[in-house]
Amino acid sequence: MFEVRVHGRGGQGVVTAAEMLSVAAFLEGRHAQAFPSFGSERTGAPVVAFCRIADREIRLREPVTAPDCLIVQDPTLFRVVDVFAGLKPDGFLIVNSNKSFEELHLGELVRRLPAGHAMVVPAGDIAKRHVGRPLPNAALLGAFAALTELVRFDSVRHAIEETFPGRIGAANVAAAEEAHVHVVAAETAAGVTSHAATL
Amino acid sequence: MLKQIEGSKAMAEGIAACRPQVICAYPITPQTHIVEGLGELVKDGHLQGCEYINVESEFAALSVAIGASAAGVRAYTATASQGLLFMMEAVYNAAGLGLPIVMTLGNRAIGAPINIWNDHSDAMSVRDAGWLQLFAETNQEAVDLHIQAFRIAEELSMPVMVNVDGFILTHAVERVDIPSQADVDAYLPPFEPMQVLDPDEPASIGAMVGPEAFMEVKFLAHYKQTQALRLITKNAGEFRARFGRDSGGLIRSYRTQDAETIVIAMGSVCGTIKDTIDEMREEGFPIGLVTIVSYRPFPSAALRNALAGAKDVVVVEKAISVGMGGPLAIDVDEALRNLPHAPQLHSVVAGLGGRPILKASLHRIFREAVVQPWEGTQFLDLNVRVVGREIHRSAKTRRSGPTAEALLRHLAAEERDGTEKGRH
Repeated sequence: MFEVRVHGRGGQGVVTAAEMLSVAAFLEGRHAQAFPSFGSERTGAPVVAFCRIADREIRLREPVTAPDCLIVQDPTLFRVVDVFAGLKPDGFLIVNSNKSFEELHLGELVRRLPAGHAMVVPAGDIAKRHVGRPLPNAALLGAFAALTELVRFDSVRHAIEETFPGRIGAANVAAAEEAHVHVVAAETAAGVTSHAATL
Repeated sequence: MLKQIEGSKAMAEGIAACRPQVICAYPITPQTHIVEGLGELVKDGHLQGCEYINVESEFAALSVAIGASAAGVRAYTATASQGLLFMMEAVYNAAGLGLPIVMTLGNRAIGAPINIWNDHSDAMSVRDAGWLQLFAETNQEAVDLHIQAFRIAEELSMPVMVNVDGFILTHAVERVDIPSQADVDAYLPPFEPMQVLDPDEPASIGAMVGPEAFMEVKFLAHYKQTQALRLITKNAGEFRARFGRDSGGLIRSYRTQDAETIVIAMGSVCGTIKDTIDEMREEGFPIGLVTIVSYRPFPSAALRNALAGAKDVVVVEKAISVGMGGPLAIDVDEALRNLPHAPQLHSVVAGLGGRPILKASLHRIFREAVVQPWEGTQFLDLNVRVVGREIHRSAKTRRSGPTAEALLRHLAAEERDGTEKGRH
């Protein structure tokens, strides 16, 4: 089983990100479970959502406490929430930011993860260009597909289109595509090869 | 059709396939998505022949359902927590009048203190009202139970409540096989009321009954529920035959064959318990689970059979009868009372007000039940430190103020101290 925890703020589509990821995994014939952290959601408040992916029925209902992958939609959360709690030593980390890990003071933490398991993606900027608003969720899923190779980009595309039909869906797909390319290019530049995640 | 879908939305589709003719509801978290989903299906024409009635309160919602059902149509509503309390008088009336209404309860804690999260307090507050109460373990079962509920309700002419864990099921997106309209139509015949307000054949429903017959009316309601025990089993069997999966029934057993310890629980926590059991089995701990699907009628005989060989029974429940302990544990105790070698019963209250029930905590408590059994009720993952602090503080002064606010202050203080310790 592969467990993802998505951190963000109310209004950033955190819950939708987890749900779209579960749809992408479902489209590949896998079992997936997405659920929010059940807070009183308000714009700007810290929000957490979870997604589990497995090859068999998922029965577990507890929150994800030891994630295989963290998706952080808002880097200002590092000061407010213990975002990294329980991240597995061989886990993946995707952060929405136009800064580097060093600039985010996360260099030390990232060096403890296996090479090629952490990536900063300017998902908000990318989304602003394509969608018109800095909603990073779809772009980060594109990055997730590239980084973990756990779901194919095509499945992410279908999941986004299913959630947002029409023009908004197409714009989000474009954002996801650019983030996907961004990650692949960054991996190539860093000379990182195979690091695909397994269930 | 297999879909990756939010639980509430899946339930809405399943309920729509049952062709309700009147839906009346008032929004309350965490049930709202279900009736919103149904509203959309009525509006976009998917659900034909159904009147969707917006009402001004939960009391009105169930009252409208009572009126609709008495007039001979299939009626549905949904609520949760305080909403259920607000409709309480109508809840008893629906059962007392024997009207086959189906209601979803998106299980949520009851205030004060106000809390929107999941537990079974609301379901327990109406356990004596005369409704049948079924509990879903997954969203698949939540959908399936509604289809069975309409049939059971109408065959008996009794209202049925389908309990689904608020947020944990209602807001989870997972794989659900949505039954086809043709299959539901074949399983659930059109509603033929046992009693109906019909101007052509005038009758009254809701007579005043004095001491001469009230006990007999109540006896017959109880008798009907005992009849329901067989009906629930039969309908689950026919459901399996048509839809090809096990959903509903009275109880379900998991790895209990050679189990010395058997856990009893209801609802979505059974999934987490099954994973815990698999891990403990690998460690050589002979443990199993009995899931109670039908809480009312209570399946005493089936439980007695399922538990007869066990040494220890651990009841894990998301409710508290304040001043007594776990209400489900009391019911299980009744079922075991006259067994010649009754297993030891251990009562655990867990997950109140949405506290996550963790696998790690379950591991610990299941072992403790066998190795170091406790008296009375255990509160899983209770913050003993904070409770102790509050008992100590409030004993010192008469005007100690409200408990809930004081506990939040203790927690905030602990967090501050913790952060400071972390810095040093």
